[in-house]
Amino acid sequence: MRRARIPTAIGVLAGLGLLLFLLPLAGLIVRAPWNQALVELTDPTTTTALGLSIFCSLTATAIALVLGIPLAMILARTRGTLRNVLRALTTLPMVLPPVVGGVALLLAFGRRGLVGSLLYQALGIQIPFTTAAAVMAETFVAMPFLVIAVEAGLRSLDHRYEEAARSLGAGYWRVLTRVTLPLLRPAIFSGAVLCWARALGEFGATITFAGNFPGRTQTVPIAVYLALETKPEAAITLSLILLVVSAAILVGMRGRWLGAL
Amino acid sequence: MTLEAAVRVRRNGFMLEVTLTAAAGETVAVLGPNGAGKTTLLRALAGLEDMEGRVVLDGEVLEDTAQGLFVPAERRHAGLVFQDHVLFPHLSVVDNVAFGLRAQGRTQAGAVARGWLDEAGLGDRADALPRELSGGQAQRVALLRALATEPKLLLLDEPLSSLDVSIRAEVRRELTRRLAAFSGVRVLVTHDPLEAMALADRLVVLEQGSVVQSGTPDEVTSRPRSRFVADLAGVNLVRGHARGDHIGLAGDASLAAADAGEGDVYAVIHPRAVALYRSRPDGSPRNVWHGQVESFDLQGDRVRVRVKGPVPLVAEVTRGGMRELGLSAGAGVWMVVKATEVSVYPA
Repeated sequence: MRRARIPTAIGVLAGLGLLLFLLPLAGLIVRAPWNQALVELTDPTTTTALGLSIFCSLTATAIALVLGIPLAMILARTRGTLRNVLRALTTLPMVLPPVVGGVALLLAFGRRGLVGSLLYQALGIQIPFTTAAAVMAETFVAMPFLVIAVEAGLRSLDHRYEEAARSLGAGYWRVLTRVTLPLLRPAIFSGAVLCWARALGEFGATITFAGNFPGRTQTVPIAVYLALETKPEAAITLSLILLVVSAAILVGMRGRWLGAL
Repeated sequence: MTLEAAVRVRRNGFMLEVTLTAAAGETVAVLGPNGAGKTTLLRALAGLEDMEGRVVLDGEVLEDTAQGLFVPAERRHAGLVFQDHVLFPHLSVVDNVAFGLRAQGRTQAGAVARGWLDEAGLGDRADALPRELSGGQAQRVALLRALATEPKLLLLDEPLSSLDVSIRAEVRRELTRRLAAFSGVRVLVTHDPLEAMALADRLVVLEQGSVVQSGTPDEVTSRPRSRFVADLAGVNLVRGHARGDHIGLAGDASLAAADAGEGDVYAVIHPRAVALYRSRPDGSPRNVWHGQVESFDLQGDRVRVRVKGPVPLVAEVTRGGMRELGLSAGAGVWMVVKATEVSVYPA
């Protein structure tokens, strides 16, 4: 095949676009305090933030799995207007500015919030500015990635497998656990990894709804932002860690993650 | 043990309406062209399709929409074999066969499944995954998976049609043997006459959602009641209104037949009984029509010639006869059929 030549102008613009991605990465790697990296990594502020980030993002992913798979199952079954409404609701957090998400969470679960006031009056529970709030903020922002991936998997699933299982005498739960979920494993896996990556990087909703309390709500992205003023080396080291994790996810999932969306 | 079913399924302008009975030890083949509703019928019997009507198996009412009764698919004891095996891709062959046994809560399901595989000569493939099997092996495992649960009703959806011709005969032999050994009710749907003739004790011909004919394979092919059956029996079929010694056909044509009787009838003319001439034949045979050659079909040393005319017919001539006549597509030709060669039966 012989295609039309690409004009120089397009090549230049594309190169500029690529530079916009490349230069910041280069900056991060070139300016990284390689000789101090280990010291920074073992710094209590860093390890605490890292530990908290891992805990919160994994918990958020676990919650997303428990709530998101059933949600995807309902979505995959619905049609027409109801489906559009449900879909818009579940995908909204993907396009919503995270800060707005944080504000919305505060208005719902804050001490004077819609549900939060009831929780506070009835049980004395306060959610905002706790680790639970950080987990909730991350779940809010990240769960749509899982729901979308699993719903796509369900829609492309050959339902005759489930029918074959039923004709062999398997009831609903056996079909679900022995046939449907195992067959959905690739979709669930890629959805969960995307969800976890998004939760790990969450900043806006978390700092709005959960605040910045070291050891309680200060996750790595928040620690990076704050350390940039006081201890730039620590900020760069933490950024590098997040970069390595993201790159590892990209390499590990290769074509699959975009295919699943 | 018998199956009695009256199934009605309506879907986007398509209407399936079938009454079907099948006794234990009998293989009933539902034969019909693609789109006739065969698979829908099978799925309705399995409890996988919304339907109206009634399905009774071995005295147990599986479905009676008039009374709001419905037994879900998983409690019907109906084994289903799909066109393309549909083995669970994430389970080994032995786990596939054991799946139904485990669902029934049977102990030692794995050992029982292995027994089935050993007996079928597939024991060495027990730990393989379905994607490692050949097409024929996969379809045989699918059959074992359905049989292992000891269903009362075995439903087969074109079990051979996705297989290569080279292995079809082998799988058909095994299928014949298995069906003979299976004591429940067997219903097979297919669009392949050969598959139906080889496996069925009784044929039910389904076209556009309704039964057009049923009976033993011989009964059905000797008295076709539809173009589909006539084609598979390789004969000409016309329908008309009989009046004594002739049959009035569509478009003012008339067909002379001995003892045609009275009323609406079918008439069958074997292609060998259709004689072809380039010029109008002498004498006064009663069935003479002029037409144009439409197409040829070689069958061994004989040629089937499709002729377009007032009564469109297929004639069978030898290759030699073909050369003598000098026939080519579009050529004009005279067709002659003796009245005694027309067999007539009521519509």
